[in-house]
Amino acid sequence: MTTATVPTRPLDPADRRAAVAEPSTGRGPGRRPATTILVTGILVVVAVYFLVPVYWVVVAATKTTDDLFGTNGFLLGEHFALLENLGAVLTYNDGIFVRWFLNSVLYAGVGALVATYLAAAAGYALAKYRFRGSNLVFGLVLGGVLVPGTATALPLFLLFSQLGLANTYWSVLIPSLVSPFGLFLCRIYADATVDGSLVEAARIDGAGELRIFHTIGLRIMTPALVTVFLFQLVGIWNNYFLPLVMLSDQDLYPITLGLNNWNSQTDRLPEFYELTTGGVLLSIIPLAVAMIMLQRFWRGGLTEGAVKA
Amino acid sequence: MATSTTTRPAAATTAGDRRPRRRSTAVTRAPWILVAPFLALFVLTFVLPILVAIGQSFTTVTREGLFGEEGVTSSFAWFENYRLALEDGNFVASIGRMLLFGVVQVPVMIIAATVLALLLESASARWPGLFRAAYFLPYGIPGVLATILWSFLYVPGLSPIIDVTSMLFGFEPDFLGAGTVLWSIANIVTWTYAGYNMLIIVAQLKAIPPELYESARVDGAGPWRTAWSIQLPLIRPALVLTTVFSIIGTLQLFAEPQLLQTVSPAIDSQYTPNLSAYTTAFAYNDYNVAAAQSVLIALVAFALSFLFLRLTNRSSR
Repeated sequence: MTTATVPTRPLDPADRRAAVAEPSTGRGPGRRPATTILVTGILVVVAVYFLVPVYWVVVAATKTTDDLFGTNGFLLGEHFALLENLGAVLTYNDGIFVRWFLNSVLYAGVGALVATYLAAAAGYALAKYRFRGSNLVFGLVLGGVLVPGTATALPLFLLFSQLGLANTYWSVLIPSLVSPFGLFLCRIYADATVDGSLVEAARIDGAGELRIFHTIGLRIMTPALVTVFLFQLVGIWNNYFLPLVMLSDQDLYPITLGLNNWNSQTDRLPEFYELTTGGVLLSIIPLAVAMIMLQRFWRGGLTEGAVKA
Repeated sequence: MATSTTTRPAAATTAGDRRPRRRSTAVTRAPWILVAPFLALFVLTFVLPILVAIGQSFTTVTREGLFGEEGVTSSFAWFENYRLALEDGNFVASIGRMLLFGVVQVPVMIIAATVLALLLESASARWPGLFRAAYFLPYGIPGVLATILWSFLYVPGLSPIIDVTSMLFGFEPDFLGAGTVLWSIANIVTWTYAGYNMLIIVAQLKAIPPELYESARVDGAGPWRTAWSIQLPLIRPALVLTTVFSIIGTLQLFAEPQLLQTVSPAIDSQYTPNLSAYTTAFAYNDYNVAAAQSVLIALVAFALSFLFLRLTNRSSR
């Protein structure tokens, strides 16, 4: 049975606006060369500010500990020790760094994927069905957006230790599966884009409610889902307080906790400077590449949320 | 794809008398099936912990015997834990410190993000995509790593910035002293989140219909006038959103001060409210007072967000 009489989905407002706005980037008041130079100059100076720490760590990762303290931080040292340093990072303590990295990938990847799916299902249901209690559910979750994440971490630890979940993979993974902000975005987006008559048509075709959500709802909501996924991914990847509270076993650490562990040993053991800078460099690269490549996806759903918030 | 256009009328007639009821129960059940998994996890990770925290904050635990070996009794303590939390001068001071931090850092960051967004969207900017990517990059760097990076740039002996200023101007700035370290933290937070806030504002700038720019130009408005009278009013929702998130974020500040503790003696274990709650819970093992502190932090965050939203709502009318 074909659920897809789907009239080609109407361009969602964000796309349409972008399509109209893009060609007119050259709009606006005259492009005098002096202004262009001034504005671009300001932008360059600001870019230097944002890139300096990253540049520093790239340079620092190539140095030996002696050079790190003996030579200027912005210039290369006498020995080019990048490969030795990275080798040390990857092999130290039986490759614990790789393990931390994979833990982060697991927490952030699985957490963000499941969180997006759950937020989509719940957001779709709140937008497309009128049912008793829907306003209560939405109000409750909206309150959740405003509750500081760290305020729940401590009591969550107390709760999880009673359940015997503290200091396990689950203790970090389970809280990562919930994204109140994601539900908020999904509801707004589903409300604006999933056409009620389309859902009705699918029903008449005999499609079940869950099937309608999975085949029509999810597909139409894709732009918002990508945004929710990225938000949650970065949120979990960057999280520090929750794993810090929950985990005591180093083998379960995500990368943030692991590198902090190395960094805190630098004042006693100088070789940890090299491990820390090398580790920071290695863990920044994949995310930096991802951020820049996926930059355009941060727009779509985000504006919807921002405009109507 | 198109088959259903022909099958639809048939389905509608044959379904006739028995369909509606079955469908109506399906329609009442489906939303709950869709909401249930999210709701269950939300209750487990948000509602229950908040209830636990509130419960704990009103409980006091007394241990009998020297190490509690003769049993532990808990009893309802009214506002005793809140009294203890609020009588702790360091905790109250940490909230005051965050208010000072927020009053300076949040406006600076939001204004910087707005100016950058306006410049990037102006016709005069070259390579806007490249700059946007560079500004947004730090958001992908976890706060912990950002703090490690900046701490290397703050520490005397390691910092190339201090080397450069002492060479050029003959003075060595102290980034980690009692009077300056708060602003060194503000710098890390601004560095991490300015680009992210900028991107939200850019997204809303792109949503402004081009006709508005057109008519502004016809009316003879220059770039300043256009920014002030058209762009700023229209990106207001994005500004409100980013400000509220920044206020909540400020009260949650934890990783930056906790990591800088190792290099800056000016940061004590109660420097920020969250650090204070963490110390109370894990260094003093006093979960009840820590719970009261967590509740207070959440209440202050709520109150400030609410106040800000009220203020912006009123002035828009």
